[in-house]
Amino acid sequence: MVAALVSLMILGLSLGVLLGVAARVFKVEGNPLEAEIEAMLPGSQCGQCGFPGCSPAAAAVANGKAPVTLCPPGGRNLAQALANKLGVTVDLSGVEDQMPIYAHIREGLCIGCTKCFKRCPTDAIMGAHEQIHVVFRDACTGCKKCFEVCPTECIEMRPIEPTTQTWYWSKPLEAG
Amino acid sequence: MKPLRKLFKIRGGVHPDDHKGRTAQSSIEDMPMPALLHIPLQQHIGSPASPMVKRGDRVLKGQLLAHSQGMISAPVHAPTSGRIVGVGNYPAHHPSGLSVHTITLQPDGADRWIEGEAPPTDPFALEPEEIATRVAAAGIVGMGGATFPSAVKLNLRSRYCLETLVINGAECEPYLTCDDRLMREESAAVIDGIRIMAYALGVKRVIIGIENNKPEAQAAMQAAAEAFPEIEIARLPARYPMGSEKHLVQTVTGVETPARGLTADIGVVVHNVATAYAVHDALRFGRPLISRVVTISGGAIRLPKNLRVLIGTPIEELITHCGGYSETPERLISGGPMMGQPLPGTRVPIIKGSNGVLALTVRETKAEEAMPCIRCASCVKACPCGLVPLEMANYIRSGDLEGAVAYGLMDCISCGSCAFVCPSNIRLVQFFNYAKGELTARQRAEHTQNETRRLAEARTIRLERQKQAKREAMARRKQAQEAAKQAKQAAEARAQQAARTGS
Repeated sequence: MVAALVSLMILGLSLGVLLGVAARVFKVEGNPLEAEIEAMLPGSQCGQCGFPGCSPAAAAVANGKAPVTLCPPGGRNLAQALANKLGVTVDLSGVEDQMPIYAHIREGLCIGCTKCFKRCPTDAIMGAHEQIHVVFRDACTGCKKCFEVCPTECIEMRPIEPTTQTWYWSKPLEAG
Repeated sequence: MKPLRKLFKIRGGVHPDDHKGRTAQSSIEDMPMPALLHIPLQQHIGSPASPMVKRGDRVLKGQLLAHSQGMISAPVHAPTSGRIVGVGNYPAHHPSGLSVHTITLQPDGADRWIEGEAPPTDPFALEPEEIATRVAAAGIVGMGGATFPSAVKLNLRSRYCLETLVINGAECEPYLTCDDRLMREESAAVIDGIRIMAYALGVKRVIIGIENNKPEAQAAMQAAAEAFPEIEIARLPARYPMGSEKHLVQTVTGVETPARGLTADIGVVVHNVATAYAVHDALRFGRPLISRVVTISGGAIRLPKNLRVLIGTPIEELITHCGGYSETPERLISGGPMMGQPLPGTRVPIIKGSNGVLALTVRETKAEEAMPCIRCASCVKACPCGLVPLEMANYIRSGDLEGAVAYGLMDCISCGSCAFVCPSNIRLVQFFNYAKGELTARQRAEHTQNETRRLAEARTIRLERQKQAKREAMARRKQAQEAAKQAKQAAEARAQQAARTGS
């Protein structure tokens, strides 16, 4: 009787200590999935998904509050990668693969209002009050934020054409 | 007569029918001046040259048209005197069929040279760095087809301990005879260029590798090199891909280049014979690289020839000069049939790296439909890099590019030996080229994503700082106002008190 009580008590105490130590040592700050998903998102904070930036969007995806197809710049590849990550099936028919685009300012129409300059999430537009603005093509992510606010509609979104540097052979087609 | 060099064996390789007899006996002919020259600004690996002329400008032969920009780049010069009729996009000498920035020059027929600074009488009196600078200024790039700027390779002595210069005269691609003819006809000039390069590199030993299917070239080079004890001629067995840089070095020195490394890691630099000739021209006469020898051959060409062609000459003019087609070609290829790339059309110009233009007939191409792999392992036996092409292709077929990389995809030199021997006609090289391109594209996308993230974060930090600065300024202003108010009150109080005591 006493032996049983003592042994069970020892067992309980030791397991309790073990659990307590484990909870301290292996403590996880926040949801690690969020950080992993955030690393997969483009990171331009463009806001096309409806969230204020990539970090809140990642949190929403991780908690299942937003679909994996939320990111328009990511396209099909990102939706598929997110679905694989979360282990969910996804209907890709609604996701359109955006052609890579960049913003171009037609200098003749720019009035130097600095509206686009203030909104660009990657600082890809250079300009000042009543000066013609220009886009740094390499830094532009094609999020269209500037396109939407331009009062003179002088910004056009142009497709990024492949060059001889970026072109490569396609996968061979094989029968069967 | 020097003793023959001991050669080392390389693995794999194939013995394609060499078809060199069509042009091997025809000496280099000067191509007549074409009506227009299209000179692309990107004829080399690296950043494109930046144009210095505009439409309507008159230029002289050898004048700088576009200067190099960046560490790895090469300038472009006017191949003849004339008028610039356009600076814009023109179809590129590239399988994609895309256009590149190109300067179009209309020759005036005078072919007048620009008066430049007089070249030194003796390049060996110059500093080695000066030689590399002049080679860079002459726009010389690797003329075997790789088009890597040669000056970068001549400057390697500062970073590597170099011992040997290997000159690639193997010309292992079937059909091509331009290097063969150059070695036969200009052996003294080629040897001079080689000596200048050896001096610039500071190496004591030079080995010129020439395949045994070119006995005349071997003899001519041997005779020209007789006076220079540091230069040896290696008589290579005729086997494809003997002209691959790493395999050539292994054959003549017995040392294997480390995987994904450079030959400079083992103290060897490799240059092509045509590059040596261009270096001779640049250092002895101050002439930039404006022409090259091109082999025009293939079963569909009526009169195959070796031509000295100005850079920018449209390919259609070369074909017309060679008597046109005797039948409709099945495939038009730039370079050799093993590694050459299909050309999008005949409008495209000759560039610095084009060593051959082949118009192949149906009988010469292998256009049968691909069949399933029978796992015969012919490709494994043929691969000169010791890879397993069939497994790599399987990984790529199923979309697992990382698996292919683990099987050594990045060590593949795309020589085409595997596809050549494949009895099922599987497009093995295209699989590998696709996978390499796709991996590079993914790397590029990842890089862009990281940059975007960095820019977005920098912007957030900046906005935060601006806000903070505004808050602080506001607080300071408030404090100042408060202080002013208090001072005013105190002054008023003092005034009142003074009035009271005064009265």
